[in-house]
Amino acid sequence: MKSLIRSRRGRETLNGYLFAAPWLIGFVGLTLGPMLVSLALGFLHWDGISMDTIAWVGGGNYIRAFADPDLGLALWNTAYYSFISVPLGLGIALGLALLLNQPLRGIAIFRTIFYMPAVVGGVATIMMWIWVFNPDYGLLNSLLLEICRILAWCGWERALQWELPRWIFSDTWSKPSLILMSTWETGASMLIFLAALQNVPEALYEAADLDGAGRWRKFLHVTIPQISPALFFNLVMGVIGSFQVFSQAFLMTDGGPNKSTLFYVLYLYNKAFADFEIGYASALAWILFVIILFFSALVFRSGKLWVYYEGEDR
Amino acid sequence: MRDRATKSSRYYRLRRRAFRGILYLLASGLAAVFLLPLLWALSASFKPLIEVYQFPPSFLPWPPHWENYSEALAKLPFFRFMGNTMVITLASTVGQLCSASLAGYAFARLNWRGRDFWFVCMLATMMLPGQVLLIPHYLIFKNLGWVNTYKPLIVPAWLGGGAFSIFLFRQFFKGVPAELIDAARMDGAGELRIYGHIVLPLAKAVLITVGVLSFMGNWKEFMMPLIYLSDYQQYPISLGLRMYQQVEGGAFVHYLMAASMVALLPLLLLFFFSQRYITRSLLLTGSKG
Repeated sequence: MKSLIRSRRGRETLNGYLFAAPWLIGFVGLTLGPMLVSLALGFLHWDGISMDTIAWVGGGNYIRAFADPDLGLALWNTAYYSFISVPLGLGIALGLALLLNQPLRGIAIFRTIFYMPAVVGGVATIMMWIWVFNPDYGLLNSLLLEICRILAWCGWERALQWELPRWIFSDTWSKPSLILMSTWETGASMLIFLAALQNVPEALYEAADLDGAGRWRKFLHVTIPQISPALFFNLVMGVIGSFQVFSQAFLMTDGGPNKSTLFYVLYLYNKAFADFEIGYASALAWILFVIILFFSALVFRSGKLWVYYEGEDR
Repeated sequence: MRDRATKSSRYYRLRRRAFRGILYLLASGLAAVFLLPLLWALSASFKPLIEVYQFPPSFLPWPPHWENYSEALAKLPFFRFMGNTMVITLASTVGQLCSASLAGYAFARLNWRGRDFWFVCMLATMMLPGQVLLIPHYLIFKNLGWVNTYKPLIVPAWLGGGAFSIFLFRQFFKGVPAELIDAARMDGAGELRIYGHIVLPLAKAVLITVGVLSFMGNWKEFMMPLIYLSDYQQYPISLGLRMYQQVEGGAFVHYLMAASMVALLPLLLLFFFSQRYITRSLLLTGSKG
C-alpha cells in the first residue's frame, strides 16, 4: 500500500512537471535567466554590438543614474502620472461598478460600453485620441468652446476670452491629457469591482438596515470593507501598470513637449534602442523593478490595516 | 390607518421610480461620454480634408465620403499589415491557450512535489516589469538570428502564456467536480486524456475568455514589433498605423482615422460577440478570490 501511494505520488510529480513544462522552460529560460543577465549587464558598459566595447564599470551605472537630471525628470513625470491616474481611475471604476450593480433593466449594454475601451484599443485608439486632443480642430476644445459660448450667453462675457488648453502640445496639459485618456480605459478594474460588489452578502445590508444605517453609512461600513480585497488588487495592478506607460507617450508626444511626457520606460527605451547604452538601460530597468517592488510592498504592508478577508480573525 | 399605509407605499414607489430614472439618465450620459471619442473619429473618417480642418466642426459629415476608406487603404499596404497581424496574433494566441491551460491544469489538479513553490514563482512574475527582460530578450533573440522574423513575437507565447491566463485556467479547473476526475482516473485514463476529454470541454467560457483577451493583447502589441521588425513589409497593423501617422507629417487626418477605424473593427466585432463570456468568467474568478 505504502509503495503504491509513493509511486502514485511519484507519477503525479512527473505528470505535474510535464504539464507545467512549457511554462517552466519559459520561466527559467525567458524570465529567470534573462533577469540574471540583465542584472549583470547593469554593471557593464556596452553598446550591445561589438564584444570589444564591453567594460566593467561596477556600480557606475547606478551612480550615474542618481546624478542624471533627465532620469529625475522621467521619475517625476511617471510619479505625477501614476499618483493621479491610479486613484482617479479607481474612483471612476468604483463609481461605474456601483452604478452597474443597481438592479436596472438593460444594464448589460452599459456594462459593455464601459468595459469596451479597456479591451479594444491600442494604436488605433491612440490615433483617435490625438485627434480628440487637437487644440484647433479637436473634439475637446470644440466642446469647451461651446461651453464658453453658453456661459457668455448666460451673461458671463469673460468666458469667451479664456484661453483653451493646448492639451498634448502644452507642457502643463500634456500629462493631464494622458491621465484623462487613461481614465477612459478603466473598464477592467470596473469589472473586478463589480464582481466584488455582487458577492457582498445581502444579509449584511439587512442587518445594517435593522440598525438604522443610511445609504452612505452602509457604503462606508459594509460595502467598502467587503470589497477591500478587490480595491487592493486593483491598486497593486494599477500602480504596476501605470509605471510602465509607454506607447501613448511614444506615439502622441514622443516625450515632449519639453520632455514633459518623458516617462520612465520611454527614457529606458531611448537609452537602449536609440543610444545603444545597454548597460545603463539595464541598470535603469532594475531601478524601475525596485521602485515597483517598493510601492507594491508599501501597498501590501498597508493592506494588512485596511483589507478585510472573509473568515479572518481580527 | 390603512389609508396612510397605501399613501406611503405609493410615495415610496414614486420615489423609487424617480431614483431609477435618475440612474438611467446618469448611465446614458456616461455611456455617451465613453462613446463620444469613437464617434468623433468615425465622423472625421467620412469628411473631406477641408472639412476636417474646419472650425467649428460638423458632427455629421454629409454626404459621407466613403472614398476616404478606399483611398486610405490604397495609400499603404493596409491589407498586408492586417494579414501580418493576423498571422502573429493567431500563432501567439494558440500558443498561449495551449501552454497556459496545461500549466493551469498542473497547478489546479495535480499534486506534484514543488507545486506550491512554482505557483508562488508564477504569481511573482506578475510583479516583474517586462522592461527588465527587454534587453536580455533582445540579445538572446538577436544571437539566435530571430531579429526581423516573427519568432520573438510568437515563441514566448508558447512558453507559458502569461501568469494571468494560467491563473484564470487554474481558478476554473479547481471548480471542476473532483468525482469526474477521480472516476476517470479509476477507469485508468491518463492525465492528458482527462485534461483533453473531460476538463477542457467543460472550460469553454475560460478558453474563450483567455483566447479573446490574448488575441486582443497580441493584436494591440506595439513595443515588441517596434523593437524586432524593421522591414515595413513585415509590419503588423500597430506599426502600420504609425506609418499612416507619419505620412506627409500626419496632415491626412481623414485617412488616418479611416485606417484606424478599419483596424479597430475586428476587435470591436470580437469584443461584442464574446463579451458575454468574458464578463461572466471574470466575474466568476473574482468571486473565488
